[in-house]
Amino acid sequence: MKRLVVIFAILVSSLFSIESKADLEIVITEGTNSARPIAIVPFAWTGAGEAPYNFTEVVSSDLIRSGRFKPIAIEQLPSRPANDADINDYSEWARLGVEAVLVGTVSQFAAGRYEVSYQLIDPLRGQITGGLSQYIEDEGLVSEQDHILDGRTSVVLASQFRQYAHRISDVVYEALTGERGAFLTRVAYIFVEKGAERPYQLIVSDYDGENARVLLRSPEPLMSPAWSPDGTKLAYVSFENKRSEIYIQDIYTTEREKLTSFPRINGSPAWSPDGSKMAMVLSKNGAPDIYVMDLATRELKQITNHWRIDTEPKWTPDGKSLVFTSERGGLPQVYRVDLDTAKVRRITFNGRSNLGGVVTPDGKGLVMVNRDAGAYHIARQDFPTGNFHPLTQTSLDESPSIAPNGSMIIYSTMHGNKQVLALVSMDGRFQARLPSRAGDVKAPAWSPFL
Amino acid sequence: MKFSPLVRASVLAISAMTLAACSSTSDDASGTSAATTSEAQQGQGVETGAADRILTPAEQRAQEREEKRQRYADLRQERVIYFDFDNASIRGEFAEILAAHADYLVRNPSMTVVIEGHTDERGTPEYNIALGERRAKSVVDYLQSLGVSAGQMTMVSYGEEKPVVRQSNERAWAQNRRAVLVY
Repeated sequence: MKRLVVIFAILVSSLFSIESKADLEIVITEGTNSARPIAIVPFAWTGAGEAPYNFTEVVSSDLIRSGRFKPIAIEQLPSRPANDADINDYSEWARLGVEAVLVGTVSQFAAGRYEVSYQLIDPLRGQITGGLSQYIEDEGLVSEQDHILDGRTSVVLASQFRQYAHRISDVVYEALTGERGAFLTRVAYIFVEKGAERPYQLIVSDYDGENARVLLRSPEPLMSPAWSPDGTKLAYVSFENKRSEIYIQDIYTTEREKLTSFPRINGSPAWSPDGSKMAMVLSKNGAPDIYVMDLATRELKQITNHWRIDTEPKWTPDGKSLVFTSERGGLPQVYRVDLDTAKVRRITFNGRSNLGGVVTPDGKGLVMVNRDAGAYHIARQDFPTGNFHPLTQTSLDESPSIAPNGSMIIYSTMHGNKQVLALVSMDGRFQARLPSRAGDVKAPAWSPFL
Repeated sequence: MKFSPLVRASVLAISAMTLAACSSTSDDASGTSAATTSEAQQGQGVETGAADRILTPAEQRAQEREEKRQRYADLRQERVIYFDFDNASIRGEFAEILAAHADYLVRNPSMTVVIEGHTDERGTPEYNIALGERRAKSVVDYLQSLGVSAGQMTMVSYGEEKPVVRQSNERAWAQNRRAVLVY
């Protein structure tokens, strides 16, 4: 993580002008009624003057964007406690209907270093135990602090404020949902800046579109960014030599190497969950087929062999099979191939056709692009029930990619004659758009946990 | 329709005048000096005419070749052919353009051409790369059937990545579904 910060700091100055154009901004298009109220109290600053950073603003945005929480307005807070000890009356917080209260303090630790401590408090539990702490202590059954769901203190560099704020969001999210937060993750995507000399750009930003960094600019198209499971490398397709080739680039050192340059299509790279293999599409033998390359030996194994199109391989989380799109039945549908037995089975049957399938991190569902009545929408299908859920109403949706905790899908869609990125929660109830300020944004790939 | 004798007579008269006018103009084209000499030798009131030249079969073929060469050269300026949605078959209207390119490539075996395949924005980018290649391939196969050697042609599919019209409507899509021959 330290290495990351250092290299990013170097990149910031040189790429500042590019960054401002490529930055994304989230617009929530569909809220959810099931979002749970939560109180986020602005962290107290013990120093003089203005606080060095607004941690709670970032945490609030994160929690709103998860679709699961609804922070209440700051003006409605009964007081501004800096920690649990500052809260005299839990009932006035309980009355707000919030299930948790986040409080915190920031103080100067050394030059450029700050101590941040925070606590997540359950006001209902506090209301019960706060008044009866003596009784509980005598019984020796529970700690008198059990209304504090989580609490941490860390020393943070000024340059790491935003990252640390996302870390707090992760802690809050996990404490309240039991599910790991994905706020400290990134998204890789392709940005096309119309009219620029090198319009095609490979960009990595925070999951919320902040801190966009250009990793590569090219006069020719770039496609299909895919993360290595350790989150340090991206594989992608570049047409810089007027043909498709697969490259691997280290996102911190900028080191890149050409992985494949076979005749015709070199496309759709996908790293195996253990990072040792790369699934890809090659058409060197005729029609596009699925191949798997051993990254250490560069040995290539052909997985499918069909005269019609096979493409878009994605690994199942166990690494034992691939899902892919095939036209072998006439129209494109998603199939699964077992890598040991080479047995192929069709898995989608809804609508006219289905493409771009991705298996959810728990292996219990498939997210795909469903084509029906001329429209392309993101949909989810559950295994093994086969239950089918259309998730989006946007237009010409493609390239779905799932957050590593399985809570959210990022995809590319058309809005106002421009390609933009959009988010939809796994249940379809929360939807947001991430418009770019200029140009088309596409092919999003959500990073693993970093 | 019935015409009175007077009208019929005047129509005939006008026709005769027109014919006379025509023949005198064609005479002018064949040369006034010849007409003057023949008038002097053969007396007044005669006119001479010339027949169209009849080309020898060889000359005829050469002329046709030249015309075809010119037409093919014009057709070769067209380097883009268009496809139907989700379809890679060559439409009849592009047969002659491709014949013109094939003719050129057959006569210039050292010349190579890159055939780019493109799609509209609908469908996923990866599927469109495959579909774009299928379009490029169908052009390659067509040219090969006209005698172009496989070694003269390479294919590259850009899928939906390089649209000519950056819009989302039927007209834009129709213009983006294309194969381009790049020499």
